[in-house]
Amino acid sequence: MESSDKMENRAPVQPEPAAVRLPEAGTLVLSSSPHIRTSLNITKIMAQVMLCLLPAVIMAVCHYRWNAVRVILLCMIFCAGWEMLWCKVMRQKQTVRDLSAMLTGLILALNVSPLLPWWLCLVGSFVAVIIAKQVFGGLGQNPFNPAAVARVALLVGAARPMTTWAPLPSAFQHLDGVTAATPLTAASQSAAQQASLDLYNSNEFLWNAFIGNIGGSLGETSSLAILIGAAGLLLFGLIRLYIPLAVLLTVTVFVWIVNQVSPGVTPGPLFHLLTGGVMLGAFFMATDYVTSPVTHLGGMVYGIGIGIIVCVIRIWGSFPEGMSFAIVIMNALVPLIDKFCYKRPFGWNPVNAFQPRRGEIK
Amino acid sequence: MNSHHLPLRPHRFEGGIHPADGKAYTTSGTIRIPPLLDKYQLVIQQNIGVSPLLKVKKGDTVKKGQQIADPVGNISVPLHAPTSGTVGDIHDISGANGAPVPAVEIIADGKDEWCEPMECYSDWKNTNRELLLARVKDAGIVGMGGASFPTHVKLSPPPEREIDTLVINGAECEPYLTADDHLMREQADRIIAGAGICAKILKISHVLIGVEENKPEAIRALRTAAKGQKDIVIVPLKVRYPQGGEKQLIYALTGRKVLAGGLPMDVGCEVQNVATLAAIAEAAVEGRPLIERVVTVTGSPVVDPGNYLVRLGTPVRKVLEWAGGIKKEVRKLILGGPMMGFAQSSLDVTVSKNTSGILLLGADEVRQFEAGPCLSCGRCVEACPMRLLVSTLSKVCENERYDLADENYVMNCLECGICTYVCPAGRPNVQHFRRAKAEIRALKRRK
Repeated sequence: MESSDKMENRAPVQPEPAAVRLPEAGTLVLSSSPHIRTSLNITKIMAQVMLCLLPAVIMAVCHYRWNAVRVILLCMIFCAGWEMLWCKVMRQKQTVRDLSAMLTGLILALNVSPLLPWWLCLVGSFVAVIIAKQVFGGLGQNPFNPAAVARVALLVGAARPMTTWAPLPSAFQHLDGVTAATPLTAASQSAAQQASLDLYNSNEFLWNAFIGNIGGSLGETSSLAILIGAAGLLLFGLIRLYIPLAVLLTVTVFVWIVNQVSPGVTPGPLFHLLTGGVMLGAFFMATDYVTSPVTHLGGMVYGIGIGIIVCVIRIWGSFPEGMSFAIVIMNALVPLIDKFCYKRPFGWNPVNAFQPRRGEIK
Repeated sequence: MNSHHLPLRPHRFEGGIHPADGKAYTTSGTIRIPPLLDKYQLVIQQNIGVSPLLKVKKGDTVKKGQQIADPVGNISVPLHAPTSGTVGDIHDISGANGAPVPAVEIIADGKDEWCEPMECYSDWKNTNRELLLARVKDAGIVGMGGASFPTHVKLSPPPEREIDTLVINGAECEPYLTADDHLMREQADRIIAGAGICAKILKISHVLIGVEENKPEAIRALRTAAKGQKDIVIVPLKVRYPQGGEKQLIYALTGRKVLAGGLPMDVGCEVQNVATLAAIAEAAVEGRPLIERVVTVTGSPVVDPGNYLVRLGTPVRKVLEWAGGIKKEVRKLILGGPMMGFAQSSLDVTVSKNTSGILLLGADEVRQFEAGPCLSCGRCVEACPMRLLVSTLSKVCENERYDLADENYVMNCLECGICTYVCPAGRPNVQHFRRAKAEIRALKRRK
């Protein structure tokens, strides 16, 4: 055998004459495998999501100037403050450094009116961090998306401040009548009065909605900014497309069907995708790890559920917007979805010795 | 005969990851031959099953390759002296899993003289398969990929089982290790001969060799060596850990699924590692027993990482000396790869038949931290090659609900460690599952 002959004729390597440095037994760590780990950690994930929200933040600051800066900073500081306070009072390990509370604060800020008074920011942060997260056991244990719960609470409890919208700086005001209220409110009023909805289906309006020349909550105005952020989420590998695609496709199909069945009830699918919180919710809130199903199939079911609920609320409900309601309602169904949308293990076999039977061991 | 089983899809399984593989430390160069040592510490039981019985005593003279321990029963293999010399102390040394194991010391006389050689079956194609099977056992061959299960047992499946495909594992998916890669490059002839011998023993002809795509030289060498043999097919595989897992490899190569709790033979397959095949060919064609193996010595702290042809019983300390020692502080010493290898606390542990690598990790590469809460991010669920609901399982195992763990198929876990690797919260998922599996086995035995 030629190759092996070659190997055996090789001269032995000569050991180094000088004493070589070897590991000292006392410094060796023992643990079971695997011995290498990913460099990703929770803090990094939170920081990356915040980075992906940066385009939306920039857009909000361009629109609402100091009001935006004020609300965003207040919400983030209050959320971090409540988290710190809770950990201190409950004598738990301080978890504020994992940045999850700050992220909650940022998402909450993007979900509220730029004119929200400071004390409502404080209350909203309290609801998000303490009531929606910490009382359930902190990060990873909360059944509901903290920011969505806080927004729902503010919308129900403080409807007026939540729906008082700042006028846009003059540069953005070339679509009169649309900027005063959010297009969603205006459109649902028009629909109720059986007025024409042509304005909301016009290319010019939709383009403005896409790039952000419309009113609304801080992070809801520009779909473009959200989409840039979403591309970042995908690039960092933070989310999979199953949930957001399911939400957006469901909204499109649902609104299209409603428009086919009874025209004039609501503007077209593009209007619904580009206005309000659908984009922000689909990419940044529905994809929250803790409160969404863990399998891809479950994610799709969850996304479809959110899409249907948000359309029903928008078209027939008493609120013009329903994204946070939809997310919170579907959050409640996640354990059920997880129960039915499971994965079968590789090589699953119903008549196998390895197929466990219920109650076999106690 | 069975080529229609070959899937047209890219050759991979569902799930898996590709961690930073660290193979660049040792991909270049050739297998190095180290100098002879003064003495070897040979662990007596180097196989799964029954320990062989030592038949020499202190002071006896032995020759290189002489059988010094006899197998006991069928699931056992003999042990051979790595060099000529005298038998020294027989005492306990620390084994790869930390527990003391009996070992025999061979004090080399420096002459390295072979014993009376076994008969060479150079013409193995016309040799009786019973003789070849007996040689596999007599040469002390076990699964050298890590399992160390006696190969002759694997090569004699129950007669009612029909085997039609021999699957050869040249994937070497473990990060850092390149021992199999170098072996395939330098000893492709032996591996192909070994595959032929195994196929003959199993009375089949169809052989599939799976090699990950990141080893182009190995693939080329194997293809050259197998030229003209239509039944031996070398299949490049996607680079994905754990491609070398038995069930994953069979699925990637044949599209057949080994059912949960089943064995490869259930789907007509037989899996052998390339290093095992080279050892089989050496034993049959050249009459030499298994006394040495290729070991990768690697990691960022190693001064001169490389692959060495190491005699069994060589202390890790000596191998590290050959590789020039270390250039920075070491935090972990691992026998095997970083994903499934065993951390060691002592440099006196010795190389055995299943030691594929000696890996050192520096202080900057070993992360020690407290496990955080599960975020249910699903990275583990997506990566699990056995499609387990890792996040759920990890939580129920943490709460010691082994009944729920069993219902969620924890017994299917192959302990590849991916779930712990990918977890951003640093949760010890696979560690939970190892414990759960042991507990469930104990509970079921008690019934």
